[in-house]
Amino acid sequence: MMWLIQLIILIIVVVTALAAITVKDLLGAAILFGAYSFMMCLLWAIMGAVDVAFTEASVGAGISTVLFVAAVFRTSRRTKD
Amino acid sequence: MHDLTLILMSKLNYWIYILLMMIGLYAMIVKNNLVKKIIGMNILQTAVILFFISIGAKNKATIPIIEHAHGPGNHAVSAAHYINPLPHVLMLTAIVVAVATLGVALALIIKLHQQYRTLEEDEILAQLKNE
Repeated sequence: MMWLIQLIILIIVVVTALAAITVKDLLGAAILFGAYSFMMCLLWAIMGAVDVAFTEASVGAGISTVLFVAAVFRTSRRTKD
Repeated sequence: MHDLTLILMSKLNYWIYILLMMIGLYAMIVKNNLVKKIIGMNILQTAVILFFISIGAKNKATIPIIEHAHGPGNHAVSAAHYINPLPHVLMLTAIVVAVATLGVALALIIKLHQQYRTLEEDEILAQLKNE
Protein backbone atom coordinates (compact mmCIF):
# COMPACT_ATOMS: atom_id res chain seq x y z
CA MET A 1 0.00 0.00 0.00
CA MET A 2 2.78 2.41 0.95
CA TRP A 3 4.71 1.80 -2.28
CA LEU A 4 1.59 2.77 -4.28
CA ILE A 5 1.37 6.16 -2.53
CA GLN A 6 5.10 6.59 -3.05
CA LEU A 7 4.79 5.78 -6.77
CA ILE A 8 1.95 8.30 -7.25
CA ILE A 9 3.84 11.03 -5.39
CA LEU A 10 7.02 10.36 -7.42
CA ILE A 11 5.03 10.77 -10.65
CA ILE A 12 3.46 14.03 -9.38
CA VAL A 13 6.94 15.30 -8.42
CA VAL A 14 8.30 14.76 -11.94
CA VAL A 15 5.21 16.31 -13.56
CA THR A 16 5.31 19.44 -11.38
CA ALA A 17 9.07 19.83 -11.95
CA LEU A 18 8.57 19.67 -15.72
CA ALA A 19 5.61 22.08 -15.54
CA ALA A 20 7.51 24.58 -13.38
CA ILE A 21 10.28 24.96 -15.96
CA THR A 22 8.02 25.00 -19.05
CA VAL A 23 5.15 27.33 -18.06
CA LYS A 24 5.26 30.78 -19.70
CA ASP A 25 4.12 32.75 -16.63
CA LEU A 26 6.68 33.35 -13.87
CA LEU A 27 4.06 33.60 -11.09
CA GLY A 28 2.63 30.25 -12.20
CA ALA A 29 6.14 28.81 -12.20
CA ALA A 30 6.64 29.98 -8.61
CA ILE A 31 3.38 28.39 -7.45
CA LEU A 32 4.19 25.15 -9.28
CA PHE A 33 7.58 25.11 -7.60
CA GLY A 34 5.80 25.41 -4.24
CA ALA A 35 3.63 22.40 -5.16
CA TYR A 36 6.80 20.49 -6.12
CA SER A 37 8.41 21.27 -2.75
CA PHE A 38 5.31 20.17 -0.86
CA MET A 39 5.11 16.86 -2.76
CA MET A 40 8.80 16.28 -1.97
CA CYS A 41 7.99 16.92 1.71
CA LEU A 42 5.21 14.29 1.62
CA LEU A 43 7.66 11.83 0.05
CA TRP A 44 10.17 12.30 2.86
CA ALA A 45 7.45 11.93 5.51
CA ILE A 46 6.56 8.56 3.93
CA MET A 47 10.22 7.49 3.91
CA GLY A 48 10.52 8.15 7.66
CA ALA A 49 12.54 11.38 7.59
CA VAL A 50 10.05 13.46 9.57
CA ASP A 51 12.54 16.14 10.67
CA VAL A 52 13.59 16.79 7.07
CA ALA A 53 9.92 16.74 6.05
CA PHE A 54 8.77 19.51 8.35
CA THR A 55 11.87 21.61 7.67
CA GLU A 56 11.12 21.34 3.94
CA ALA A 57 7.42 22.13 4.48
CA SER A 58 8.17 25.33 6.39
CA VAL A 59 11.38 26.50 4.70
CA GLY A 60 11.22 24.97 1.22
CA ALA A 61 7.52 25.19 0.43
CA GLY A 62 6.79 28.25 2.60
CA ILE A 63 9.64 30.74 2.56
CA SER A 64 10.94 29.84 -0.93
CA THR A 65 7.53 30.42 -2.52
CA VAL A 66 7.11 33.74 -0.69
CA LEU A 67 10.58 34.86 -1.86
CA PHE A 68 9.80 33.85 -5.46
CA VAL A 69 6.44 35.65 -5.49
CA ALA A 70 8.00 38.80 -3.97
CA ALA A 71 10.82 38.79 -6.55
CA VAL A 72 8.39 38.26 -9.45
CA PHE A 73 6.18 41.15 -8.29
CA ARG A 74 9.24 43.43 -8.03
CA THR A 75 10.49 42.52 -11.52
CA SER A 76 8.62 41.37 -14.64
CA ARG A 77 6.11 38.53 -14.87
CA ARG A 78 6.41 37.56 -18.54
CA THR A 79 9.04 35.30 -20.02
CA LYS A 80 9.86 34.10 -23.50
CA ASP A 81 10.52 30.45 -22.64
CA MET B 1 10.69 -8.23 -19.27
CA HIS B 2 9.79 -9.20 -15.72
CA ASP B 3 13.41 -8.78 -14.64
CA LEU B 4 13.49 -5.30 -16.16
CA THR B 5 10.38 -4.16 -14.27
CA LEU B 6 11.85 -5.64 -11.07
CA ILE B 7 15.07 -3.66 -11.55
CA LEU B 8 13.14 -0.47 -12.35
CA MET B 9 10.70 -0.78 -9.47
CA SER B 10 13.06 -1.88 -6.68
CA LYS B 11 15.33 1.18 -7.06
CA LEU B 12 12.66 3.61 -8.25
CA ASN B 13 13.80 6.46 -5.98
CA TYR B 14 17.25 6.48 -7.57
CA TRP B 15 15.87 6.57 -11.12
CA ILE B 16 13.63 9.50 -10.20
CA TYR B 17 16.65 11.16 -8.58
CA ILE B 18 18.62 10.92 -11.84
CA LEU B 19 15.61 12.23 -13.82
CA LEU B 20 15.05 15.22 -11.50
CA MET B 21 18.75 16.09 -11.47
CA MET B 22 18.84 16.10 -15.28
CA ILE B 23 15.66 18.26 -15.40
CA GLY B 24 17.33 20.79 -13.12
CA LEU B 25 20.60 20.77 -15.08
CA TYR B 26 18.65 21.21 -18.36
CA ALA B 27 16.80 24.22 -16.94
CA MET B 28 20.04 25.80 -15.69
CA ILE B 29 21.78 25.45 -19.07
CA VAL B 30 19.06 25.87 -21.72
CA LYS B 31 16.49 28.28 -20.25
CA ASN B 32 16.92 31.94 -21.16
CA ASN B 33 15.07 33.53 -18.24
CA LEU B 34 17.01 34.03 -15.00
CA VAL B 35 14.13 33.04 -12.68
CA LYS B 36 13.78 29.77 -14.63
CA LYS B 37 17.48 29.13 -14.09
CA ILE B 38 17.05 29.60 -10.33
CA ILE B 39 14.08 27.20 -10.29
CA GLY B 40 16.28 24.66 -12.07
CA MET B 41 19.02 25.13 -9.47
CA ASN B 42 16.51 24.48 -6.67
CA ILE B 43 15.19 21.35 -8.37
CA LEU B 44 18.77 20.05 -8.64
CA GLN B 45 19.40 20.69 -4.92
CA THR B 46 16.16 18.94 -3.93
CA ALA B 47 17.10 15.95 -6.11
CA VAL B 48 20.40 15.55 -4.23
CA ILE B 49 18.49 15.66 -0.92
CA LEU B 50 16.14 12.95 -2.24
CA PHE B 51 19.17 10.77 -3.04
CA PHE B 52 20.59 11.10 0.47
CA ILE B 53 17.24 10.39 2.18
CA SER B 54 16.84 7.30 -0.03
CA ILE B 55 20.21 6.00 1.22
CA GLY B 56 19.01 6.08 4.84
CA ALA B 57 15.56 4.51 4.27
CA LYS B 58 14.92 0.88 5.26
CA ASN B 59 12.00 -1.50 4.83
CA LYS B 60 10.00 -2.39 7.96
CA ALA B 61 11.91 0.14 10.11
CA THR B 62 10.57 2.94 12.29
CA ILE B 63 11.73 6.50 12.94
CA PRO B 64 15.02 6.71 14.90
CA ILE B 65 13.72 7.25 18.46
CA ILE B 66 14.59 4.50 20.96
CA GLU B 67 11.57 3.28 22.95
CA HIS B 68 11.85 3.00 26.77
CA ALA B 69 15.35 4.47 26.74
CA HIS B 70 14.99 5.88 30.28
CA GLY B 71 13.49 2.77 31.88
CA PRO B 72 15.31 0.38 34.20
CA GLY B 73 17.75 -2.16 32.83
CA ASN B 74 19.84 -2.21 29.70
CA HIS B 75 18.31 -2.70 26.27
CA ALA B 76 20.17 -4.01 23.26
CA VAL B 77 19.28 -1.88 20.23
CA SER B 78 18.97 -3.62 16.88
CA ALA B 79 20.00 -1.19 14.14
CA ALA B 80 17.84 -2.94 11.54
CA HIS B 81 14.68 -1.73 13.31
CA TYR B 82 15.52 1.97 12.99
CA ILE B 83 16.05 4.22 9.97
CA ASN B 84 19.57 5.62 9.68
CA PRO B 85 19.38 9.22 11.02
CA LEU B 86 22.78 10.43 9.78
CA PRO B 87 21.66 11.44 6.22
CA HIS B 88 18.67 13.27 7.72
CA VAL B 89 20.91 15.49 9.85
CA LEU B 90 23.21 16.24 6.92
CA MET B 91 20.27 17.16 4.68
CA LEU B 92 18.75 19.54 7.25
CA THR B 93 21.86 21.68 6.72
CA ALA B 94 21.50 21.35 2.94
CA ILE B 95 17.91 22.68 3.01
CA VAL B 96 18.98 25.79 4.94
CA VAL B 97 21.89 26.38 2.54
CA ALA B 98 19.46 26.05 -0.41
CA VAL B 99 17.21 28.78 0.99
CA ALA B 100 20.23 31.05 1.63
CA THR B 101 21.47 30.68 -1.96
CA LEU B 102 17.93 31.29 -3.24
CA GLY B 103 17.69 34.57 -1.31
CA VAL B 104 21.05 35.84 -2.56
CA ALA B 105 20.21 34.87 -6.18
CA LEU B 106 16.81 36.61 -6.09
CA ALA B 107 18.39 39.78 -4.60
CA LEU B 108 20.94 39.79 -7.45
CA ILE B 109 18.10 39.36 -9.98
CA ILE B 110 16.23 42.37 -8.53
CA LYS B 111 19.38 44.52 -8.85
CA LEU B 112 19.90 43.30 -12.44
CA HIS B 113 16.30 44.18 -13.32
CA GLN B 114 16.72 47.68 -11.85
CA GLN B 115 19.74 48.28 -14.08
CA TYR B 116 18.79 46.55 -17.37
CA ARG B 117 14.92 46.49 -17.16
CA THR B 118 14.80 42.85 -18.34
CA LEU B 119 15.32 39.32 -17.02
CA GLU B 120 16.26 37.59 -20.29
CA GLU B 121 19.87 36.57 -20.52
CA ASP B 122 20.39 37.34 -24.22
CA GLU B 123 18.94 40.88 -23.88
CA ILE B 124 21.26 41.62 -20.94
CA LEU B 125 24.24 40.33 -22.96
CA ALA B 126 23.21 42.50 -25.96
CA GLN B 127 22.99 45.60 -23.74
CA LEU B 128 26.41 44.78 -22.29
CA LYS B 129 27.86 44.50 -25.80
CA ASN B 130 26.42 47.89 -26.83
CA GLU B 131 27.98 49.74 -23.89
